[in-house]
Amino acid sequence: MKGDRGFPVRLRFTKRGRVRFISHRDVARALERAFRVEGLPLAFTEGFAPRPKVSFGLALPTGYESDAEYLDAGLTEEVDLDDLITGVSASLPEGMGVADAVFLEPRAASLQRAVTSVSYVVQAVWSGDDARDPSDVEAWIQNTLRADALPVVVQRKGTEVIEDLRPAILHLSIGSTGVPDETPEGPVREGPIPERHVTEGVTLQLEVSTQPKSIRPTEVLGTLDAGPERPFRAGNGLRVATIVRTAQWIERDGSRLCPLEADTRQRAEVGAR
Amino acid sequence: MNTLWPRIEPLLDRVEKPARYIGMERGMRRPQHDAERVSWLLMYPDTYEVGQPNQGLQILYEILNERPDALAERTFAPWIDLEGELRAHDLPLFSLENHVAASEFDVLAFNLAAELTYTNVLNCIDLAGVPVRAAERGPRDPLVMAGGHCTYNPEPMADFVDAFAIGDGEELAGEITEVIGAWKARGARHREAVLHELATVPGVYVPSMYEVSHEGPFQVLTPRFADVPAMVDKRTVADLGDWPYPKNQLVPLVEVVHDRLNVEIFRGCTRGCRFCQAGMITRPVRERPADQVRTMVEEGLSRTGYDDVSLTSLSSADFSGVDGLVADLVNEQSGCGNVSLSLPSLRVDAFTVGIASEIQKVRRTGLTFAPEAGTWRMRQVINKLITEEDLYAAADAAFAAGWRRLKLYFLTGLPTEMDEDTLGIAELAKNVVEIGRGYTKKASCTASLGGFVPKPHTPFQWFGQNSVEEMARKIGLLRTALRATRADLRWHDPEASFVEGIASRGDRRVGAVIERVWRRGGVFQEWSEHFRLDLWLEAMAEAGLDPDWYVTRHREEGEPLPWDHVSAGLHSDFLWLDWKAALAEHGLPDCRWTPCYDCGVCTDYALEHVVASATPPAGGSQGTGQDLARGGAVPVVISTPGAFGRLSAPDARRTAESSEG
Ligand code: SF4
Repeated sequence: MKGDRGFPVRLRFTKRGRVRFISHRDVARALERAFRVEGLPLAFTEGFAPRPKVSFGLALPTGYESDAEYLDAGLTEEVDLDDLITGVSASLPEGMGVADAVFLEPRAASLQRAVTSVSYVVQAVWSGDDARDPSDVEAWIQNTLRADALPVVVQRKGTEVIEDLRPAILHLSIGSTGVPDETPEGPVREGPIPERHVTEGVTLQLEVSTQPKSIRPTEVLGTLDAGPERPFRAGNGLRVATIVRTAQWIERDGSRLCPLEADTRQRAEVGAR
Repeated sequence: MNTLWPRIEPLLDRVEKPARYIGMERGMRRPQHDAERVSWLLMYPDTYEVGQPNQGLQILYEILNERPDALAERTFAPWIDLEGELRAHDLPLFSLENHVAASEFDVLAFNLAAELTYTNVLNCIDLAGVPVRAAERGPRDPLVMAGGHCTYNPEPMADFVDAFAIGDGEELAGEITEVIGAWKARGARHREAVLHELATVPGVYVPSMYEVSHEGPFQVLTPRFADVPAMVDKRTVADLGDWPYPKNQLVPLVEVVHDRLNVEIFRGCTRGCRFCQAGMITRPVRERPADQVRTMVEEGLSRTGYDDVSLTSLSSADFSGVDGLVADLVNEQSGCGNVSLSLPSLRVDAFTVGIASEIQKVRRTGLTFAPEAGTWRMRQVINKLITEEDLYAAADAAFAAGWRRLKLYFLTGLPTEMDEDTLGIAELAKNVVEIGRGYTKKASCTASLGGFVPKPHTPFQWFGQNSVEEMARKIGLLRTALRATRADLRWHDPEASFVEGIASRGDRRVGAVIERVWRRGGVFQEWSEHFRLDLWLEAMAEAGLDPDWYVTRHREEGEPLPWDHVSAGLHSDFLWLDWKAALAEHGLPDCRWTPCYDCGVCTDYALEHVVASATPPAGGSQGTGQDLARGGAVPVVISTPGAFGRLSAPDARRTAESSEG
């Protein structure tokens, strides 16, 4: 196809602050509009209803923040990536920004297929009168990691199914307070707004696999107390204040790459076919 | 200026579609409040998705924020879940820009575009922490104002609204700002003083400045002061070219109705369909100069990043020189590729389909026409002079051009409607599908049936609306007639039409009914899942009012009407004669291209129709009874910069639907 011979790029972008309330679809629309405002030379699909060749990675649930969202876009000509980063960021809503961009191999695996796991930092606060000892949380983590299986009832496409979460939990620990200013891929360049990052409570570092399917951090946290108090729900107990996706990973041939390291090519190679 | 954001934010994790409440759209301003400026909170009493695209709201937002003496923020009716959270946490309704409490504004300005939103208005006032009844408000409370099409009969809302702004808002908003600003500068002490002064601004109606007396069962209003007008004339801006707004259309982050760039190409409509309030109250026609339309499209697209633009008006194919304009736009946009253009409210003819195919090279899925009635006799009564041949030619052209799905809008419950007229709808729909099947097996046709609600300031204002039972019976006739055919039927709930009828032609006594319904939780009445006829009937009974007196009763010649003190510029004898002509089944031509029949608008306002080109669009003869297809000299004035004028946005949802392509 024609677009494949163009200039595919992969962008990392952020979603921080109050803009976290928009949905994955809203994010996609905002980015596509920002591309048009910037006059980015987007490649389009063929056919009756041409769509820009833009594909997004794993959906981020409404309400989550992120320093590590990715998208791939097909361009019809080479652009200066620094200009792209500045220009598109300026046209995005406050709290969203393009942090990094690279040229991609024309036949790179899609983000959906390539990404194998994602990391989150979850900040939870004690609310109500139910403040408990953080060592409860430590104990829960140990139990969770020791368990062979962690079957829970989860919602999938509107129906309740039982799913074993354990195989998907790759890492779970109590972290330092606060969200790191730097992600594994370097500093965030555009407008993260850490306006609601609390320091009281518990900070958890969580990595879950996304293959064969992904699970939500809230589903893992829901197992912290399966009793009537359900600590990660509204009300008394431990309440999730923020969830920030901090990284996505591509595990391949024994190495662990971030999506900007996999299948990318140097600018100099661009167009040399 | 105290932002409530830190307290609101945790609530948003618990509600549906939280992005409705965050603001942050491209184009949004975050105005600084200060005591010198008059602060307006522009409110649309429905959800964000329904209200944000309202063009009137966007225009006022910009005009006010451009003024050094004013600022404007926005808010919408919070959905039931957030309302519950706000009340539980003792938080007020807030603005989207700065998340400031609604009661901190000088003016709460509602857009009244649909009667069924009235209870939401009361709910919003209450959530703002302001007394719902105007008489109970004190000097510290904001002024509650309202504009929009429903204000042409302000009486049902007269107990709750301090002042109504009738007609085009562009100039009026500034004049109101000046009055309020001067009052604030004097210390803003006496509410009565500012209300009295507002009542002397042309186009402003202040209910408390009038005495209500009774003539038999009718209410009659007399001004309490010599300088308060007995008749409030609507405001009309003479030249749309002077008001190229919105310049910075807000780009919502969430999906809304009409999610695209909307450029208003003209206001007014002279086709004179007798059921159509929008057409009657927005006269005369004022077209935007074609060059300005091009600029607004071009700049709007590059500023917003939209890839979809709609040229809006009540009947967009009637824009003079529409083919040239469309051809230009299509050529200009073809460079940057993949921008789609739509013309809402298409006229029913093959010429129009030609334009539609020009602009819609791709995605030809559905096209909508509004023949409105099933037989030629009925269409003469309502003055929608579309022949069957027009419709079939349009359908044929549409299917030939690749469309597969046609939607036809009809009304039922029209004056003099007989069962054969109702059943005519089924005939038209079936024939349209047959035409389509000549082209494709997938051809389909949906007849969408609305229940007719007579509106003030139209020739049908005297007509007794059909009862719920009668409308339901007619819907039943059509369901039977279309069963097992290839045409589908959609219909509007006759109970909702009935309640709309109570509010549409109600008087001041209906205010008590609206308040009762609201107090019992009857909000979001536009939403079928929340609509409750029983609440309305109960409230009518408790107020000692007979619903049939308001809804199904035919009015007599000369009977006092609740909106007699509001003028849309139409002579009431013109309306009465047109009503009589309707009953005699006489059609009336489009006065933009044919000699004037003296409805009163142009002469009384010293205005004229302003058109962008002296050549009527081909096919523009439809409804004129004349052959103007080839154009020629017509008695019109060509728009020149700085000449004439404008009005508020048409019924948004319907316009939107009819433009789906
Ligand atoms: S053409 Fe449309 S807007 Fe004009 S009067 Fe008729 S129904 Fe109303």
